[in-house]
Amino acid sequence: MSDPIIRVEGLGKRYRIGGRNGIDRSLPEAVMQTAADWARRLTGRRAADAAPHQSDFWALRDVSFDIQPGEVVGIIGQNGAGKSTLLKILSEITDPTEGTATIRGRIGSLLEVGTGFHPELSGRENIYLNGAILGMSSAEVARKFNDIVAFSEIGAFLDTPVKRYSSGMYTRLAFAVAAHFEPEVLIIDEVLAVGDAAFQKKCLGKMGDVARAGRTVLFVSHNLGAINRLCHRCVYLKEGRAVMVGPSPLVVRRYLEDTAKGLGGRTVDDQDNSDVQFTHAAITDAVGRTTSQIDFSDDGFLTIDYRVRRRLDDLHVTFRLYNDAGVAVLFASDTEYTFGRNVGVTEPGDYRATIRLPGHLLFPGRYRLDLIGELHRVRICGSAANCLNFEIVSTGELNPEEGGWGIIYPKLDWETRQVTGLEAKRIAA
Amino acid sequence: MTTLSVQPDLAPPPPAATVKVLRPRRGFERLDTTQLWRYRELLSFLAWRDIKVRYKQTLLGATWAIIQPLLTMVVLSLFFGRVIDLTDRTGKVPYPIFLYAGLLPWTFFSSAVTAATNSLVNNAHMLRKIYFPRLLVPVASIGVPLIDYLMASSVLLALMAWYRLAPTPAFLLIPALFGLTFIAALGIGVGMAALTVSYRDSRYLVPFFIQLGFFITPVIYPVTILSEKWRWVLWLNPVGGTITAFRDAVLGTPIDYSAVAVSGAMSVALLVVGLIYFARAQRRFADVV
Repeated sequence: MSDPIIRVEGLGKRYRIGGRNGIDRSLPEAVMQTAADWARRLTGRRAADAAPHQSDFWALRDVSFDIQPGEVVGIIGQNGAGKSTLLKILSEITDPTEGTATIRGRIGSLLEVGTGFHPELSGRENIYLNGAILGMSSAEVARKFNDIVAFSEIGAFLDTPVKRYSSGMYTRLAFAVAAHFEPEVLIIDEVLAVGDAAFQKKCLGKMGDVARAGRTVLFVSHNLGAINRLCHRCVYLKEGRAVMVGPSPLVVRRYLEDTAKGLGGRTVDDQDNSDVQFTHAAITDAVGRTTSQIDFSDDGFLTIDYRVRRRLDDLHVTFRLYNDAGVAVLFASDTEYTFGRNVGVTEPGDYRATIRLPGHLLFPGRYRLDLIGELHRVRICGSAANCLNFEIVSTGELNPEEGGWGIIYPKLDWETRQVTGLEAKRIAA
Repeated sequence: MTTLSVQPDLAPPPPAATVKVLRPRRGFERLDTTQLWRYRELLSFLAWRDIKVRYKQTLLGATWAIIQPLLTMVVLSLFFGRVIDLTDRTGKVPYPIFLYAGLLPWTFFSSAVTAATNSLVNNAHMLRKIYFPRLLVPVASIGVPLIDYLMASSVLLALMAWYRLAPTPAFLLIPALFGLTFIAALGIGVGMAALTVSYRDSRYLVPFFIQLGFFITPVIYPVTILSEKWRWVLWLNPVGGTITAFRDAVLGTPIDYSAVAVSGAMSVALLVVGLIYFARAQRRFADVV
C-alpha cells in the first residue's frame, strides 16, 4: 500500500464558549485581559498554566485515521459529534488545537453548494465566480462551462441575475458548478440534501461517478444508505472522538446499535394526578430490546403503561405520531371510534398496552408520540404530549432525505395482470 | 458487502510538493506569498464582483463615481471658498481645483479604509465555508475605490483644462504618491478588517476617525495655516504629507520631500504592522467571524 493521501494524527479542536478569550467580549475587556496576561507573564506566571476554563469545549479530540489514495470514506455520527469540525480542519478553514493532519495532494471542499454566489450577478458570471472560489482556474471553468450549464438545466436563464431564479434553479446551478470541481481529494458535507427528487437522483449518480473514478473522497452524510453504497470505509465520530474506523457496513451497524442504546423507553410525568396517568412509553424491537431506532423493514413495538385512578365509563386510549415536519402521520385508538357506541367500563388499576408498528409502513425519519386518554366527546382524562421520540431508519436504497415521496410508504396488496381480448376492449370503452 | 473489496486503480502519487501539514499555529508567522500568487485569479474575481455589483440597478451607473466627488467639491468650495474665505491662503491657485486635488486622494483613502474594514465581516459566509488566502478579501475590496478614483481623476483633468493649469514635470510623481496613499489605506484597512472580525467596535471607530481625519489632513486647507513649528504633526498622519505632495504635484507648487518621507515611512510601517496582525489573527477568522 502506498503512502496515505490523508493522515490524521491526534487531531483535536477546542472551542471556548464565552468568558475568557471568548468570542463575545468587547474591545475594552479584551484589552484588559491582554494586559492581565502580560502582567502574569512578567511576574513569571504563564497564562497557559492557569486552570483550564470550565467553558472549554472539545468539538474534536484525539482523532486519528489514514486514508489511502482513491478511497471513498464516509464520516458518520450524530449532530454535534464533530463531523463538520473535522471537515473544516481538513479544508484548512480552521486550525486544529492539537495534533496534525498531513495531506498529499490538492484538496477541495464542498461544505456547502453555492458559496460566494452573488444574487445580483447572472448565472454565467456566478459560474465563473464560484469556480474561482472553489479553486478552479478560469480556463478550467471555461472548458467545463457547457457541461455545467447542461447539468444545471437552467438553459435560457443563463444571463439572468440569480436573484430572479427559483430556489430550485439556484440550487441546481450551484450543485452543477460543484459537481464539475475535480481536486485530488474531495471533501463533501451533506450537499446531497438539495433540490427536488429527480435532481437528487442526478446528484447521487454524479457522486457515484466521482467515487468510481478513483478520486479520494471524504463524505459526511446522515444518509446511511448512501454511505453504505458509496463509501469503502467509515469513520464514526461520537462526542468528538473517533470510536470506530473500518468497513462501512460494520461501522454503520455499530452506529445504529450505539444510538439505540441508552435511549428508548421514557417515564412520563410523575406529578400527574389525572384520572388517566401515562407512566411510561417505549419502543422495542422484534426481540424485545428497548431502542430508539427501528429498521424500515422491521416491525417495532410500542409499549404504553398507564394508571387509571377511578372507574371510567367509555375510556379510549389513543396515540398520534408526528413526523419531523409536524404532520400527524397516524392516529390510533385501542377501541373502535364510533360515535354513540359505548366501549364499556374501565376499572381502576395499572395497564400496559402493546401495539405492533408494522414494518414497511412509516417512511424513514424521526417521529414523536403524543398519548391521550379520553372519554369520547366528553373530556380528556389524561395526556402526555411529545413523550417519546424514535426513528425509522433505512440502510437500504430508500433515501429519506430525498423527500417528495408521501407520508407513509405501506406495503400494499398489489396485483398486476395483463388484460387481453374482450376485457381490454371493455376497459378501453 | 461487496463494497468492502473495492480498491479502485490508484491515481499516481501526487508530487511531493503538494504535501501539506495542518497543525496548530502559534506566535508570528510569515504570510504565505506563494499561496497568494496561486490565488491571484480569485483576487481579480472578487474585485470584479464588487465592481460589477456596485452600480447594478442604478440609473446613472458609474457616473456616480464622478458626481459624488464633484458635488462634494462644489459644496465645500462654496462654503470654504466663499463663506470662510480660504482663497488668500491658497496662493494664486483657484480654490476649487486646490480643493479637488486634495479631495481626490483623500476620497480614495477613506473609502478604501472603510471598504477593507468591513470586507471580512461582509464575506463572513465565505470565511466559514471555504479555504482561500484570507488576505485576498480586504485587498480585493479596494478594487471599487480604485476604479472610482480613476473615474474621478477625469474631473481633475477637466478642472485643470478649465482653469488653464498646465501640468509640470512633477505631474509624473502622481502615480508614486498615489501608491503611498494606497499603502497607507491597505495597511490600516487590513489591520482593521482583522480587528473587526473579533470586535465589531471598529465598524463604529473607523467612520469616526475618517471624519476626524478629514480635518487633520490638509485637504480643505493649505498647510500654511499651521506655523512651521507645528507642521510636523501633520506629517505623522500617514496621508498628511502624501496628500499635500499629491496636490503640489498637480498644481506644480514646490513639494516638501521630507514630509513625504515621514508620511511614507508611517504608511509602510502601518502596512507591516497591519500584515503582521492579520497573519496572526487570520487563524481565528472562521471560528470567530
